[in-house]
Amino acid sequence: MALYEASATQLLSQLESGEVTSVEVTKACLEQIRKHDGEVGAFLKVMDDKALAKAEEVDKKRKAGEAVGMLAGVPVAVKDLLCTEGEVTTCASKMLENFVPPYSSTVVKKLEQADAVIIGKTNMDEFAMGGSTENSALGKTRNPWNTSLVPGGSSGGAAACLAARMVPLSIGTDTGGSIRQPASFCGVVGLKPTYGRVSRFGLIAFASSLDQIGPMARTAEDTALFLEAMSGYDPNDSTSANVPCPLFTQTVDKPLEGLRIGLVKEHFGEGLNGEVEKAVREAVAVYESMGAKVVDISLPHNKYGIATYYIIAPSEASSNLARFDSAHYGHRCDEATMLEELKAEEDALRAAGKEAELKKLDTPLIRMYRKSRAEGFGPEVKRRIMLGTYTLSAGYYEAYYLKALKVRRLIREDYDKAFKSVDIIMGPTAPNPAFAAGSKTNDPLAMYLEDLYTVTANLAGIPAISVPCGMTSEGLPVGVHMQAPALEEDRLLRAAYMFQKATDWHSKSPSM
Amino acid sequence: MSSLTREDVEKVSLLARLRLSEDELTKMTEQMSQIVNYVELLNEVNTDDVEPMAHAVEQYNVFAEDVPHQSLPREAALANAPKSDSECFRVPAVLGD
Amino acid sequence: MSDQYDIIIGLEVHVQLQTKTKLFCRCSTTFGASPNTQTCPVCLGMPGSLPVMNREAFQLALKTACALNLNVPRFTKWDRKNYYYPDLPKGYQISQFDLPMSEDGFLLIRDPKGQFEPKKVGIIRAHLEEDAGKSMHDEVAGKADTRIDLNRTGTPLLEIVSQPDMRSPLEAKAYLNELKLILTYLGVSDCNMQEGSLRVDANVNLHIKSEEPKKVATPIVEIKNMNSFRAVERAIAYEATRQFDEWQETGKTIKDAPKTTRGWDDAAQITRPQREKEESSDYRYFPDPDLAPVTTTAEEVEAIQTALCELPMAIRDRLHDGYGIPEYDADVIVNQGQIAVDYYEALALKTGDAKMSSNWVQQDVLRVLKERDLEFDQFPITAERLATLLKAIMNKEIDTTRAKDVFTQMLESDKDAPTIMAEMGIEKVDDSAIDDLAREVLEANPKAVEDLKNGIQKAVGALIGQAKKKNPNIDPGTFRAKCIELVKDM
Ligand SMILES: [Mg+2]
Ligand SMILES: [Zn+2]
Repeated sequence: MALYEASATQLLSQLESGEVTSVEVTKACLEQIRKHDGEVGAFLKVMDDKALAKAEEVDKKRKAGEAVGMLAGVPVAVKDLLCTEGEVTTCASKMLENFVPPYSSTVVKKLEQADAVIIGKTNMDEFAMGGSTENSALGKTRNPWNTSLVPGGSSGGAAACLAARMVPLSIGTDTGGSIRQPASFCGVVGLKPTYGRVSRFGLIAFASSLDQIGPMARTAEDTALFLEAMSGYDPNDSTSANVPCPLFTQTVDKPLEGLRIGLVKEHFGEGLNGEVEKAVREAVAVYESMGAKVVDISLPHNKYGIATYYIIAPSEASSNLARFDSAHYGHRCDEATMLEELKAEEDALRAAGKEAELKKLDTPLIRMYRKSRAEGFGPEVKRRIMLGTYTLSAGYYEAYYLKALKVRRLIREDYDKAFKSVDIIMGPTAPNPAFAAGSKTNDPLAMYLEDLYTVTANLAGIPAISVPCGMTSEGLPVGVHMQAPALEEDRLLRAAYMFQKATDWHSKSPSM
Repeated sequence: MSSLTREDVEKVSLLARLRLSEDELTKMTEQMSQIVNYVELLNEVNTDDVEPMAHAVEQYNVFAEDVPHQSLPREAALANAPKSDSECFRVPAVLGD
Repeated sequence: MSDQYDIIIGLEVHVQLQTKTKLFCRCSTTFGASPNTQTCPVCLGMPGSLPVMNREAFQLALKTACALNLNVPRFTKWDRKNYYYPDLPKGYQISQFDLPMSEDGFLLIRDPKGQFEPKKVGIIRAHLEEDAGKSMHDEVAGKADTRIDLNRTGTPLLEIVSQPDMRSPLEAKAYLNELKLILTYLGVSDCNMQEGSLRVDANVNLHIKSEEPKKVATPIVEIKNMNSFRAVERAIAYEATRQFDEWQETGKTIKDAPKTTRGWDDAAQITRPQREKEESSDYRYFPDPDLAPVTTTAEEVEAIQTALCELPMAIRDRLHDGYGIPEYDADVIVNQGQIAVDYYEALALKTGDAKMSSNWVQQDVLRVLKERDLEFDQFPITAERLATLLKAIMNKEIDTTRAKDVFTQMLESDKDAPTIMAEMGIEKVDDSAIDDLAREVLEANPKAVEDLKNGIQKAVGALIGQAKKKNPNIDPGTFRAKCIELVKDM
């Protein structure tokens, strides 16, 4: 097996035994990126020199018999909305095209402490808003299984670089399915941890009460390893869970006895692609063959998930993205042009005697804000800012935002009830396999409705995973979605490992 | 059914500090109306006596001690500023106060 | 004030809390640092940064809430107040909206001169929030850039909102004085208006007296930009007159016009209208998802209440009742702060003469502080040393006039009063010496003796003068008594 195809777990044992060096592994990955990323477009930035320098440093440490971190010498990719000190962090937005953070996110620091080799920063939907990575303002990412298709999103680059065997580990973030859906589209594993399990400090926020950073990899063991490396309480994040972090690597290979799987009837209904349904049902059958019991359950408020999500997420986003006003960082419009335009508008209104409109004309500062933001943000980001501003505004707050917060609690209470009788809730990750680029960009609502299976885990704050479980007749990967109660990531990883022991879907790779 | 007008959307665009072209405004009104109509699905849920849930995980009393840390050097604070002088961020004159 | 209308005044006070670090990051809050040197990713509003609440700030706020008789609910939370301004780098201020950390209290105001009746001014709420940075506008308004310093961004503020319970500029000023005093006694804020640690906005309107059963109210005006309590007093007085004139002219009432904002122009001594954005009031408050709510138990509140220092109003009463000094005296001393009170009490206890101690603190100590521009804790004579001087006066070892000379010398050295008096040759003159001196002087002044016999008491003044020339140490009172006694027997 080529080095770039190996899992992180395999690489670590080879690095430990001295069979290979980190420099060799890193070079193999960089070479794979060089060969294929022109076509895939997973990376916004590849940090060759830094990566090789880190690899060398780790090799030296190992040779000298010094203690090394748990990811020592393993290349990892970082989604480009985690701040990396001294390295441009863009969120795939023109707004932050030149933004160099003066600090690193907690997770990036943890990776550095774990001696991981950060190889580059991956493409995504702008500010993580989207499900196809087509909303990136800085590049196109294609699905390695079929480059005319999207990789999913928003962690599209993160999933694509795994599928294309460019790195064994890749960080994603998930606000409404942004780890799990691209994992499903690209045939890799993606886990959204419990809210608070992984520190959000340094993650550029989309919707703060929903955002979670999580591991993406090609195997359950690697996912466990990566999650273990990035988890833990962080005093810099007030929403971080102050609980000890389990050693996922030590339990991942322990099968779950007497597993009770819940299936939500409505999740297999209208709108679900037949081939996806078939693959997921077969996955359920695999678990049954291993002794799992399948129970039909009901999550009565699940059908309100999308509506709830598309009020709460844009509301928070409208506020989170207010900081991009071009006063302290980020894109600013050309001031001279802006002032000229403003002057021309003023003159025209004056000439036409439109006093009322003249009074309403933007001040230069307000126009600077509005123009800079109009230039810096793409259409989807604008749409969500507008939507969220509206749902929070006077007269609408109760009807939309507050209402959504209440339904959110009902959605979580459904889960609480369901998890009294089942251990895991299983279903499809997405209703359809990867779709053609450009096919859904004109209908935002249709695009939103595709998130129906994933958003509720974010609303409830519970962990969920997508694991490759089959292929369509066109050779596109399908993912099975599993959800567990808060802080039970361990259960999901063990279930994923059991499945991978019994099947070989995770080892399928696209022909490149 | 809400009826989101073009004027509403224009007002929101000022609140959101976004400048939309005439075409964008038209399209935005259409798309926002569609989405807003969809989310009104929530009206059918009875939420009497339901506490709003603003956080995914409910925890309380998270504090830090009042001990100073090292602040950033000024150059680092100003490094990303689109416009600054040796000391301060600069923006077009703030009017009206 | 006026028999034509009542002035209705409510005050909104923002005070900076005396923490070492900011409300949501650990940058220093020290005043006066070079621009943009006290910032970090959090207070710069950098993408990805997250707030963590300062424990001390919450404790100081709780202390204040207890002192202002506010209720502290079990649950409070953080909300975002969204608006765009270049000194607000996140595009929102973290504040408290519908569930503040304290509500429904009051503050007692009293005037020792009796210019208004004592009253309880209601306090609607006190809540925590972060301060914004500083915008520095060019002199030629609208031309050059505005410069932004974010050092102050994130400094903890307590916003204290009163009920519209005050009825005169004087009451407003008394409320502010008392509030400031409480906050400084508590050590919650230094309340330095020049440095912006205390800021006041006033909501003012008039209830015009009329024959009709319903009273007429003028539109509410919020006055800003007042940078001293004096300015608050004047701005309210100006605004009352202006509103009455306007009402007479336009007849506009609170029903016809929304609340407007006016700025106080201290140079011109007038208020001017301030420009407002039509959408400025839509702050889109919502709970901050980055911060955990705070719960406080009744036990915690009680513990704070118990540990609270003695508050100014209670000290005034104690000085008046316990030491028997006039209310006015107690007021003057208490208004000087805790250190002045401690000083006074030490002095009164050492000397055993509460009134004399009060006079010396009010007249001599305060005069010196004022002349030398010193704070009370910088006063060079300790209460113990001053007591030695006062005791000398009480023992008639020195008269008050000469005592002031000794006092002046004490300011310059560490010596106590007896030492300085000895150096100056001041000693108590014994009775036989006074007797001798009185006889001598009376003998030399037959005219004065005659006058005294005829009951012209002022004649003794000249005699004291002559005696003092012969022996400066004589106690004028004792000498005077001796003269009168001797003349009676003549
Ligand atoms: Mg305020
Ligand atoms: Zn700071």
